[in-house]
Amino acid sequence: MKRIKKLNTPPRFISYSAVGGYEEKRGPLGELFDLCDESDTFGQKTWEMAEGEMGRCALNLALSKCNLSHESLELLIAGDLQNQCVATSIGLGTFGSPFLGIYGACSTCTEALLILSSMIGSGAVNTGACVTTSHNSAAERQFRSPIEYGGQRSPTAQWTSTAAGSFILSRDENIIAQSKFSSVEISDFMIGRIIDGATADASNMGAAMSFAAAESILEYFEESDMKVRDFDFIVTGDLGKVGSEILKTILDDRLPTASAKHLDCGNLLYDFSRRDVHSGASGCGTSASVLASFFLPKLETGDLRDVLFLSTGALMSPSSVLQGNTIKGIAPVIHLHSNAV
Amino acid sequence: MSIYAYLILAFIGGGILSLIAQLLIDLTSLTPARILVAYVSAGVLLYAVGVYDFLFKIFGAGVSTPLIGFGAAIGRGVKEAVVKDGLLGAFSGGLSATATGITVALVAGLVASVMTTGKPKRM
Amino acid sequence: MDIYSLEGKKKIIKEHSPKTKTLKNSCFAFLTGGVICLLAEALRHTFLYFDIDSKDALTLVGVTFILLASSLTALGVFDKIARHAGAGTLVPITGFSNAITSQAIDSKSEGLVLGLGAKIFTVAGPVILYGISSGVLYGLIYFILLSTGVVAP
Repeated sequence: MKRIKKLNTPPRFISYSAVGGYEEKRGPLGELFDLCDESDTFGQKTWEMAEGEMGRCALNLALSKCNLSHESLELLIAGDLQNQCVATSIGLGTFGSPFLGIYGACSTCTEALLILSSMIGSGAVNTGACVTTSHNSAAERQFRSPIEYGGQRSPTAQWTSTAAGSFILSRDENIIAQSKFSSVEISDFMIGRIIDGATADASNMGAAMSFAAAESILEYFEESDMKVRDFDFIVTGDLGKVGSEILKTILDDRLPTASAKHLDCGNLLYDFSRRDVHSGASGCGTSASVLASFFLPKLETGDLRDVLFLSTGALMSPSSVLQGNTIKGIAPVIHLHSNAV
Repeated sequence: MSIYAYLILAFIGGGILSLIAQLLIDLTSLTPARILVAYVSAGVLLYAVGVYDFLFKIFGAGVSTPLIGFGAAIGRGVKEAVVKDGLLGAFSGGLSATATGITVALVAGLVASVMTTGKPKRM
Repeated sequence: MDIYSLEGKKKIIKEHSPKTKTLKNSCFAFLTGGVICLLAEALRHTFLYFDIDSKDALTLVGVTFILLASSLTALGVFDKIARHAGAGTLVPITGFSNAITSQAIDSKSEGLVLGLGAKIFTVAGPVILYGISSGVLYGLIYFILLSTGVVAP
């Protein structure tokens, strides 16, 4: 079975945006975000609605950057961390675009991008968008304890980011020609496999996901014609410090060249020296917002040429954790290539 | 005993009970909610075997303020009710003895909730 | 290195996961738990000084700390203290109060009945349930011992 799927008509990124909250504004990438609401509420009454509104803002910003109307979107693929992906349907319903809601935990960003790129690559769709969001307060409510509850976080715990990323992809030559962004494409992708994370500790998701990330990276380079040296970076989604350490150990053993090229979005979003970050950022907004605010602009200008991007997802629910099931990890891969001259 | 001795003993009693709970949280997989349940049940047990009154004489609020004291209050309430009302007392004593604390905590929670809006969490 | 079996993965995770700072946490827990109980004892003696009987004095001390913890929770201060204090604020009655108020604030958006009303018991419920169940068990044993004359009232 060949797992890497090459796209004959690779879709181009014609626009993207990153939106965040209070902690994201204070992170190293804070200035690169398109919008940060330091109240984290986005003018809404509940955290669930705030997450939806954040997604709506992100897509609106991306649309306005490429002067596109929402009517040109033939497909909208989106997801978030809440039960039944409800933030997405609350926030994105107003666009009226044909919609696919997906769930891949924190890997949703890459999952959405690879589904959309295969739709575009096959010719079924010309132009479409992906949006992924996560909200710290909404996630705390759903997965952990009430926000005002006096508890201590484990050193391995990660901080669910209040962040959204949105991306518009197209193969329509007129639209690509009109947009100021047009040089980055998704040239191939590899769908992730469910890999057992061997821990039931929801405060150690980075470790649980690291094995899926390792499996995907090793498998990709096993099969691909491209070598590790052809890539500027191998970027994982939200392994955090603990997960990145485990990934590094595995790569040092199996694919030593890859270890030096590894970056993790969960380690890039927050300022470890000034904020009490613990193991890093998590949540499906993490990889989406870091991709949109940091990696895509660098690829657009040609500073980076090839990036292997894999968001990492910890597949679990509050019930599955209480019942003692181990957390499963998944890491879908996309290969981002810059055509900048 | 001087008041300072009472205060210091209360400090030591409360400190040790907190320390034990912290060690249980850090070194075992016990969650804070389980610790609370364990402490309340332990309070009933300590009262039943007569150790609680002995500890209370030494540490005062140092053992009555932790949830052990809440459990001991249930134990004392049950014992007194059984003596007074017989078998039915086993079912009425526990809640009667702790009714004030539980009611205040619940009503305070209700009032606090109605009067405030949740703030986002910060690192 | 074995990255495919469950045991192998567990070993790798264990090697790389940093431990909680037990010594630091324990010191903070001891200090805050101690200080809260010291204040409670001072308050108890104040009530006793004003001729309140010893049982009521204990109840009043409990009520005072429940109200204090609830207010600090509503002001958003409690969780900032508890982050360092750990079990020091959990074990005294303050932890019980915080668990109730924080749940109440958090669940308000889901409605007053099935949101706030039901979820206020998330942590308080188990504490009350197992507390009174232990009490019932003790009551039954005590009743048997009493009626068989093994113990005297």
